[in-house]
Amino acid sequence: MESESKRKKESPNTAELAVTASFPDEVLEIVLSLLTSHRDRSSVSLVCKDWYRAERWSRTQVFIGNCYSVSPEILTRRFPNIRSVTLKGKPRFSDFNLVPPNWGADIHAWLVAFAVKYPFLEELRLKRMAVSDESLEFLASNFPNFKLLSLLSCDGFSTDGLAAIATHCKNLTELDIQENGIEDSSGSWLSCFPESFTSLEVLNFANLTSEVNTDALERLVSRCKSLKVLKVNKSISLEQLQRLLVRAPQLEELGTGSFLQDLTARPYADLESAFNNCKNIHTLSGLWEAVPLYLPALYNSCANLTFLNLSYTALQSGEFAKLVVHCPRLRRLWVLDTVEDKGLEAVGSNCPLLEELRVFPADPFDEEIIHGVTEEGFVAVSFGCRRLHYVLYFCRQMTNAAVATIVQNCPNFTHFRLCIMTPGLPDYLTNEPMDEAFGAVVKTCSKLQRLSVSGLLTDLTFEYIGKYAKNLETLSVAFAGRSDRGMQCVLEGCPKLRKLEIRDCPFGNEALLSGLEKYESMRSLWMSACNVTMNACRRLAKQMPRLNVEVMKEDGSDDSQADKVYIYRTVAGPRRDAPPSVLTL
Amino acid sequence: MSTTPLEHDYIGLSESSSVPRSSDKLSYSSSSSSCTEENYTSSNKACLNFKETELRLGLPGSQSPGRKPSHGLSLFGKDIENNNSNSNSNNTNGYAAPSPLKSLVSGAKRGFSDALDGVSRNWGLSINGKPDAELGKGAVLAQVVGWPPIRSFRKNTMASNLVKNNDAAEGKSGSGCLYVKVSMDGAPYLRKVDLKIYSNYMELSSALEKMFSCFTIGQCDSHGLPGQDGLSESRLMDLLHGSEYVLTYEDKDGDWMLVGDVPWDMFTETCRRLRIMKGSEAIGLAPRAMEKCKNRT
Repeated sequence: MESESKRKKESPNTAELAVTASFPDEVLEIVLSLLTSHRDRSSVSLVCKDWYRAERWSRTQVFIGNCYSVSPEILTRRFPNIRSVTLKGKPRFSDFNLVPPNWGADIHAWLVAFAVKYPFLEELRLKRMAVSDESLEFLASNFPNFKLLSLLSCDGFSTDGLAAIATHCKNLTELDIQENGIEDSSGSWLSCFPESFTSLEVLNFANLTSEVNTDALERLVSRCKSLKVLKVNKSISLEQLQRLLVRAPQLEELGTGSFLQDLTARPYADLESAFNNCKNIHTLSGLWEAVPLYLPALYNSCANLTFLNLSYTALQSGEFAKLVVHCPRLRRLWVLDTVEDKGLEAVGSNCPLLEELRVFPADPFDEEIIHGVTEEGFVAVSFGCRRLHYVLYFCRQMTNAAVATIVQNCPNFTHFRLCIMTPGLPDYLTNEPMDEAFGAVVKTCSKLQRLSVSGLLTDLTFEYIGKYAKNLETLSVAFAGRSDRGMQCVLEGCPKLRKLEIRDCPFGNEALLSGLEKYESMRSLWMSACNVTMNACRRLAKQMPRLNVEVMKEDGSDDSQADKVYIYRTVAGPRRDAPPSVLTL
Repeated sequence: MSTTPLEHDYIGLSESSSVPRSSDKLSYSSSSSSCTEENYTSSNKACLNFKETELRLGLPGSQSPGRKPSHGLSLFGKDIENNNSNSNSNNTNGYAAPSPLKSLVSGAKRGFSDALDGVSRNWGLSINGKPDAELGKGAVLAQVVGWPPIRSFRKNTMASNLVKNNDAAEGKSGSGCLYVKVSMDGAPYLRKVDLKIYSNYMELSSALEKMFSCFTIGQCDSHGLPGQDGLSESRLMDLLHGSEYVLTYEDKDGDWMLVGDVPWDMFTETCRRLRIMKGSEAIGLAPRAMEKCKNRT
């Protein structure tokens, strides 16, 4: 390391010599090692060869937003000292079943390379990757210092893989399993943590359904004195939860199990006191099947809550309003639309510090019973919560006027994701398209980084976006637009655009090809069910060799149409692990 | 550019080739992305024509007597009529409904903006203040792949939660209802029934008959013309107990059982959802039903 990092003095310019002599590489590396933002590090590495070298030696964490943009070989060659890797795989629309199975993004090749080059790897965070039990077993056996595993929206593994991790990772501090397509065959994996194992700080198995051995869980919680985050699954009852809380009063984040049980007075009092004893809880989630009867046990704990995740609990407006009165410090709130507008009004009245709101639909396909939230709830929150900057809102109706009011109240939106659930629905009061709503958003919210649009939209929406959304990085579009011009406006007008995902829009070849140079400055483009042809894709692929142009064909569709197109920049060349349904052009 | 007209040509093609394929893909599941071959011209002609031949044995263009549009479905029927002068606009039945919906199915190749214009404008107009309109919206969503954009994990979790809430509904004050979903093989969307409002199997089956009559009419009558007053109860029972369709339900254990074997009260307690299944697919259910009954007693 020493010899490589000492710069060979090739051009003896005195001024240069003086500067470099006073700033040896070791110092540079120490300074750079304080940099944590990967964007800053990328900038630093571009300054000059010295800095590039110093940066690559000092980098310990790497974030790869698209696993196919680089290969394990290239990565390990450039960065010799990595301890923490974050990898994202499949295009986001794979979450919604739009990507064929076996598409790729398999972690195994990476692990094999890491075993050789990064044997001291400590952290692995994966999102939308294909992970097999075999890979998890490999991971558990080849990295003695391994500490942190986080899997979000991954698939391909089962609880057997988790058992391998629990059994072999002696230094594990974090096991975080979230919203994965996991095959849950049994809860016995939890019992695989050896009795001598005490290092756990984060345990999240809320995703799983199988019953775990509660004695083993209790013992685990008791001996892991540094446990800060515990998120259990549905199989854990209230009584069992109480016993866990008593053993871990230091908890900061709690995901409860089932909140439904027949508790008589004594166990209820015990539960309440256990909650009261956990004075550090700032994040609460779970509450599966919560019966409102027991919610008051939480009231005291809610005083310090900053993040409340009720997105798996179908609370009605009344009981939710009663709960939210006790949460004055709330900054992030995730709820189901069963709380209705009234519930959101309560949020507006009680949570002035709120920064993030996500409202999920409890039953989006329900035709007979209409619940849910409308524009009124959103407006009510905007009046009461002026710091709101992140919103994900599923609703069945919206108006242009309401959105204009909302952004007037809250001009600091960085993430505005509005999903009017019926595709192509206009303003229900005026019957006009929703163009002016999103126009208001981009005109008012200059810090906007992420936007998802919905409702009936013409090209005007995209003209607005191209003209005003100068900080926009991610745009999601579905069932919108009238012509190629829409997409062109966005490609021409948004300098910071990194991810563009489009489905079911009338954008065609002209639009696709207008972004020729742009795509290299973006992470990726997804277009499905649009009017793009294979020939246009081939032309794009031919002219831009540093882009991978992949087309996913559907059975029985016309050969000249490109049903689903995924285009991304890469230094690794075309990938070799694509399934037959994915054509690389 | 000359590429544009080419694509419109492409879109206008293969109406006929889409017909046989689409005919057996009427029951959409949210994971199916195979309903993409439907070619949708701006006049809706292709869709409506195939619908005619697929599901009704009457002559194209003939009004089926006694066939009243059920509430909500006229939403689409009326609108399609308004839109298309040269189509078979007598579709005041529910079958016009799927046509605009098909245009939304991911991957459908068509003059999209035309389709959406027609569809969404009409939705906009009709939806205002009409309870009927709610039916249409849900029907649409059930067909579009991957929409609304919710992760499968969440969808599956909420689906099972909802069923549990239904089960527990009796315990809740003021909401003594027990909604279960009813699907029928071949029908484009699901319905929901409240089991609590019926007191026996006969009432349930006649309610189902009314709900699904528009879907079954094409199958039942050998003369090629639907019955005078729609489908009579006995006809549906014949249908249901005959070779065509079988009424089944999913119980608490996740098993599919034949309806009618257990006492009504036990049925409402254990039924999670209903499915009107094609007779050919129901083979093999009977033995399990018998076994379960034995185990229960």
